[in-house]
Amino acid sequence: MQEREGLSAFIFDRLLPVGIVVIVILVLWYGFAVLMNAQFEQDQAARANVEISTSQLVANTMSQERPVLPAPHQVASEIWKTTALKKITSKRSLVYHAGITLSSTFLGFVMGTALGIGLAVLIVHSNVLDRSLMPWIITSQTVPILAVAPMIIVVLNAIGISGLLPKALISAYLSFFPVAVGMVKGLRSPDVMHLDLMRTYNSSKAQVFWKLRWPSAVPFLFTSMKVAVAISLVGAIVGELPTGAVAGLGARLLTGSYYGQTIQIWSALISAAVLAAVLVMLVDLASRIVMRRMGMAR
Amino acid sequence: MNTGIIVGAIAFWIGCWALNSWLVRLRPADRIVAGAINLLIPVLFGMTLIVLWEGITKGFNIPSVLLPSPSMIWVRIISSVDILWADFYQTFMKAVLAGFAIGCGSGFVAAIIVDRVPFLRKGLLPIGNLVAALPVVGIAPIMVMWFGFDWQSKAAVVIVMTFFPMLVNTVAGLSASGAMERDLMRTYASSYWQTLFKLRIPAAMPFIFNALKINSTLALIGAIVAEFFGTPIVGMGFRISTEVGRMNIDMVWAEIFVAALAGSLSYGLIALLERAVTFWHPSYRR
Repeated sequence: MQEREGLSAFIFDRLLPVGIVVIVILVLWYGFAVLMNAQFEQDQAARANVEISTSQLVANTMSQERPVLPAPHQVASEIWKTTALKKITSKRSLVYHAGITLSSTFLGFVMGTALGIGLAVLIVHSNVLDRSLMPWIITSQTVPILAVAPMIIVVLNAIGISGLLPKALISAYLSFFPVAVGMVKGLRSPDVMHLDLMRTYNSSKAQVFWKLRWPSAVPFLFTSMKVAVAISLVGAIVGELPTGAVAGLGARLLTGSYYGQTIQIWSALISAAVLAAVLVMLVDLASRIVMRRMGMAR
Repeated sequence: MNTGIIVGAIAFWIGCWALNSWLVRLRPADRIVAGAINLLIPVLFGMTLIVLWEGITKGFNIPSVLLPSPSMIWVRIISSVDILWADFYQTFMKAVLAGFAIGCGSGFVAAIIVDRVPFLRKGLLPIGNLVAALPVVGIAPIMVMWFGFDWQSKAAVVIVMTFFPMLVNTVAGLSASGAMERDLMRTYASSYWQTLFKLRIPAAMPFIFNALKINSTLALIGAIVAEFFGTPIVGMGFRISTEVGRMNIDMVWAEIFVAALAGSLSYGLIALLERAVTFWHPSYRR
């Protein structure tokens, strides 16, 4: 295979294949929308005793009020209606709900990352903690924590803690793990040579940490933060489910499923997906900037 | 407040800590003893956690609606084994196992197709990477709407959740074999399929097992969360959400215990299998 360079490489190796696959997915989506919604339209026609032409049937399947599978343009117009055309403070604005989800995601992400880094620092510096805590950190992730989310929310509500914090705690629990594991690896990544060099300089533990371990752990930190931010969004969304569906993207999912508002579910889902992608991209951007300033750019 | 119990728990904690610090410094020559010590240290640590938990809940008289003590949870587990088993059967044996098998299987097959067609690798893989980072649990309400309240809808959620990690990891694994080895297979005039089965899939096994491990926890989460959106009146997610509503927090903890046990056991099983299959991998050599 011949190597392409620059812009043409970007177009032929990235844009074109990804674009074509996206188009294929959209076409399939429309196809399934027609197939899955057709039953309802046929029933309607049979009930009204009218013959329905195929073109009419297809057109109808795309504009149902509560379709089994909404067509992409319905979801797109719903997102447009609930983001651009509504006031941000309105309860029907998707921006409002996304903002609520985002704030608990962010708080949880910060708490989780801080906890993860703290645990990693302790583990790297204490042999006892390394051997006793590390197995439990791994075990803690085999507990399906999302399943516990409703209990954490309800119990914290009962003792008067409500709003942002309970949801953020779930996000924090989910996101501390990748950071802790990544940072343990990162803080141990310096070469034995470098560590020995620090010893010959007679440097203290703190100096080794700040001048050698921490800088070499930064790439690991950003890699694990990318994973962490994505799952803290999941945590925040699931944390919103049991609060009685007041606000947030998770609440939009739940009310949508209660009232059969499929278009609403899909638009909440798509915006959650976009949000996740944007968050991961932001962390990636931050990592590039920091790496460049530290002189570690690839 | 009962100071005696708290002091006892803290004393136990300090004692275990001292014991562990001593154990860590031991360097036994015997491999079996070393293995036993490696196992004993985390076990002691876990026991300390439970004793502290028991001591704090009993000592400060924390109401059981907030945080039941481990002994209360244990009593509840023993007294409602039949309910727990029925929930476990519904959620794990039906939804999780079916979804896990189909999701991982189809992810694996899709990865082989994607690997064979360079165009798909360029086009589908970025999308697969994106989806693997998305909040896929969100599709749960849609699946419940499409496939009904019973386990089929939960299995569908699990399939979608496990598919993408398997796809992404297997594709990465299939390119893990070295150029030298592939050239060697060429000099043997081996066909595409021979190279695939004799070289590339075995070389991809560490990656595949990584995906299996990720998926084993994802599958349980997916099935339980999907049950929040509607179930027949049995299942672990159903039990958790209803007992939370009735403030039977000890039952919720019992259910969490079962989930944690199932999660850890399946993770351990996959890890054992990995050891047996990828015995050649440097991380298992001694």
